[in-house]
Amino acid sequence: MSTYAQKKGFGATLWDYLTTVDHKKIAILYLIAGGFFFVIGGLEAVFIRIQLAVPNNDFVSAGLFNEIITMHGTTMIFLAAMPLVFAFMNAIMPLQIGARDVAFPFVNALGFWLFFFGGVFLNLSWFFDGAPDAGWTSYASLAMASKGHGVDFYVLGLQISGLGTLIGGINFLVTIINMRAPGMTYMRMPLFTWSTFVTSALILFAFPPLTVGLVLMMFDRMFGSNFFETSMGGNTVIWEHLFWIFGHPEVYILILPAFGIFSEIFAMFSRKRLFGYSSMVFATVLIGFLGFMVWAHHMFTTGLGPVANAIFAVATMAIGVPTGIKIFNWLLTMWGGSVKFTTPMHYAVAFIPSFVAGGVTGVMLASAAADYQYHDTYFVVAHFHYVIVGGVVFALLAGTHLYWPKMFGTMLNETLGKITFWLFFIGFHMTFFIQHFLGLWGMPRRVFTYLPGQGFETSNLISSLGAVFMSLAVIVLLYNIIATSVKNVRVGNDPWGDGRTLEWALPSPPPFYNFKQLPLVRGLDAYWLEKMEGKKGMTPAEPVGDIHMPNASFLPFVIAFGLFVAAFGALYHMDDKAWSVPVIIIGLLITFGAMFLRSVKDDHGFHIHKEELMEDDKDKGVKA
Amino acid sequence: MKLHTFLITDNLRNHLAKEGYDLAMKRLAKWRLISIFAILSLILSGCGEPFLSTLRPAGEVADIQYDLMKLSTLIMVGVIVVVMVIFFIVLVKFRRKDEKIPKQVEGSHKLEIIWTVIPILLLLLLAVPTVSATFKLADVSPMEKKDSDALVINVRSNLYWWEFEYPGQGIVTGQDLVVPTDEKVYFNLISSDVKHSFWVPAVGGKLDTNTENVNKFWLEFDSAKAEEAGDLFYGKCAELCGPSHALMDFKVKTLNRDDFDSWVADMKEVKEPAKADTALAQQGQEIFNKSCVSCHAVTPGNTTPPEARLAPNLTNFGDRSRIAGVLEHSEEDLKNWLRTPEKYKPGNLMTGKYPELSEEQLDALTAYLMGLKVQE
Repeated sequence: MSTYAQKKGFGATLWDYLTTVDHKKIAILYLIAGGFFFVIGGLEAVFIRIQLAVPNNDFVSAGLFNEIITMHGTTMIFLAAMPLVFAFMNAIMPLQIGARDVAFPFVNALGFWLFFFGGVFLNLSWFFDGAPDAGWTSYASLAMASKGHGVDFYVLGLQISGLGTLIGGINFLVTIINMRAPGMTYMRMPLFTWSTFVTSALILFAFPPLTVGLVLMMFDRMFGSNFFETSMGGNTVIWEHLFWIFGHPEVYILILPAFGIFSEIFAMFSRKRLFGYSSMVFATVLIGFLGFMVWAHHMFTTGLGPVANAIFAVATMAIGVPTGIKIFNWLLTMWGGSVKFTTPMHYAVAFIPSFVAGGVTGVMLASAAADYQYHDTYFVVAHFHYVIVGGVVFALLAGTHLYWPKMFGTMLNETLGKITFWLFFIGFHMTFFIQHFLGLWGMPRRVFTYLPGQGFETSNLISSLGAVFMSLAVIVLLYNIIATSVKNVRVGNDPWGDGRTLEWALPSPPPFYNFKQLPLVRGLDAYWLEKMEGKKGMTPAEPVGDIHMPNASFLPFVIAFGLFVAAFGALYHMDDKAWSVPVIIIGLLITFGAMFLRSVKDDHGFHIHKEELMEDDKDKGVKA
Repeated sequence: MKLHTFLITDNLRNHLAKEGYDLAMKRLAKWRLISIFAILSLILSGCGEPFLSTLRPAGEVADIQYDLMKLSTLIMVGVIVVVMVIFFIVLVKFRRKDEKIPKQVEGSHKLEIIWTVIPILLLLLLAVPTVSATFKLADVSPMEKKDSDALVINVRSNLYWWEFEYPGQGIVTGQDLVVPTDEKVYFNLISSDVKHSFWVPAVGGKLDTNTENVNKFWLEFDSAKAEEAGDLFYGKCAELCGPSHALMDFKVKTLNRDDFDSWVADMKEVKEPAKADTALAQQGQEIFNKSCVSCHAVTPGNTTPPEARLAPNLTNFGDRSRIAGVLEHSEEDLKNWLRTPEKYKPGNLMTGKYPELSEEQLDALTAYLMGLKVQE
């Protein structure tokens, strides 16, 4: 009888998740939290579309509208897309490289709780004195002029959650460099692992500029410095640079893992190895590198001058090349394959035209002189929703269906999945395609309303109707999740039947130590190779032995919670509240106290003994 | 037995669900077709309004940009067609029909070189005109020259109104930009509070008004196209600047050079605040001088420094096309605006700066303001 598979009560389960350092459970935490914020961000989007459905609408006020758009963007990017991407990275990447966990399980948990408390802090702004209202870009002159505490919530919340993202990225880098199974060379890593690797490198270099910007703004707003105060010699264009040096790589941080997920799906459901694997890897790295060279294309109208604009225009166009390489490689992966249209494959197939549409408008936007017309209009709104929804969200929905059995041991219903897909696909194009034209017809973005008689009425109504379809899609997905969880039909190692990479060689969900014996990797698509030779599983690379595992810990939660407390103190410091400084001190004491405890108290983890592992095997034998 | 029936119903349910799905699929496909038609008819219905749309270019700058749009769209449609052809062949031809394992292909150097080199060439095709246009649109050398006779206009953006100063002519106006057609007009752009962006979509792309530096560019207003647009172009603020960002519109009145010169002369003639001509308007002028004049000037001279110009100059208020940039230019709307500016432009800086006005006072003030005209 295994000691690890006992049924637990709700309290024990909750405690288990609050203290877990297991990458698979942390993935589930990311999935739940990210999914929750995705629904909140989605509701905000629906409010935006209701307000804009007809001209001169007063569903929400002008000020509230700006809060909604700011929170929609911030929530979707930082609190929904990023954590959902992290969910799959955590759930799948260690399995794909044949590791028992990430390199720093404790830090992994810390990363999650920092993100979580940062996100909660940011969203609490709704209940205090108003959410941030300066846009997700929070341009300095407007952010400095913003009254109330909204922007302070933004500045502090993003610093806390950004810290979590940064250490998460470092953790993945170290994991991929150090913890690959025997035989898993770099050029045998699945594309999703590669994209996790490149993404983590991007996080490492992109988040510090954001943090710098946020710290400067925090000092300006809370402690009276003048970095962005023009009248005192400050400069607000600096914020734009700092923000976009982060902001542009950020969109690649989101899209590269999406590319990774789709690469897995195309290969799996075409039953073919990825076409041009090495050029795919090369393109991924190149996109990551170029991602840092193009930030000023967000600032073509800032007035940087024709030299800067021309250089950044050409650099931006260059990104089209590696992206094009990827598109053609995916098409050629399907070419000559045996394509099965599962739900994940529906998303992958739909992704190609959707993302190409977003990509070509990206090249159009890169043309600086023409961008003066597109910039800050609905054309841009259409463009980035085409790449982020048509790319990232499609990938997240595809990944949810694809990896659900691996994460939870049961399949999502395929019929419902396809209904979700079609509703979402139609709604998405209906909402955003028309917005290209709205922009070209002269509608600026971020407007809380528009006057009649400018030719915007019909198109905005169509766009709003599309949002209805997308909402229905999400409702069907939620129903699907609940219904299949209740039924809970258990599945085996390779429920799709077409698994190619290591994760499909493991039970669904895998045991908490993942691999009883580390597998021997003999090539790309390691599990597929074994299957083709008629073997049931991987060849082990080591004899069965004791496995060293980390202990669960409540400290990550406490460390993150301390910063959450301190942030409230800092926030109200500018109101000269007497309690603000003590609250900062208490919060920091909690954080540093917990860190001190972690440092002085040796935690050697524990071992799963060989005999227990053998027993686990017997257990399974009996069940089967 | 019970289990058995369960199985049957389950099978049946699955079957029905599948059929339902297929049916739904067909219906969805139909709907998709309809929505595509709807979109197509929308596109064909026009390229937007002549006074507002970037697709109805009404000047050299917008023309250059429109040409770039067309070129890039053409190239990109080409790319899309190639991708879609391969895409549909794949979808039709390579569906899974049996359990055979397809040949595992590593890749193809030849193909990879093709789809690397061709996009590079296509991008070069776009990059060259882009760079050349970018430099051309940034060329403001004529305004920097000494004794240049180029028309220069200083644009100063404010929460949520626009000031237009003609330094060469020594006049200031607001909300309605008046420009001559068929010549290059040069702009100095700056903001006095938060960042805004100056955009006249039909005439040319936007440029931000920063808080720390002056941005410069030029526009040209085509007389024939301006006539189509009723000699009145819509201008927009294109950078989120606060609650009333959406309402920070301005208008551009186009005149031929002679009419423009006479407009300038008329403006310059106003040296002293114009005397109201009716008793009611005189009453209004008194109220204005008590409550409004500290922010609103009624002479066009640019003698006060920009920081002291706290609100739109009203010298030619009676000639303007809108009230506060967005309301109809009618007495009724002017009174509405004066009663509760907050209702029409949330977050504006006029609210609460003057005592509440009675209906009689509103009548008087309206009569006075509507009489502020420089042109007959």
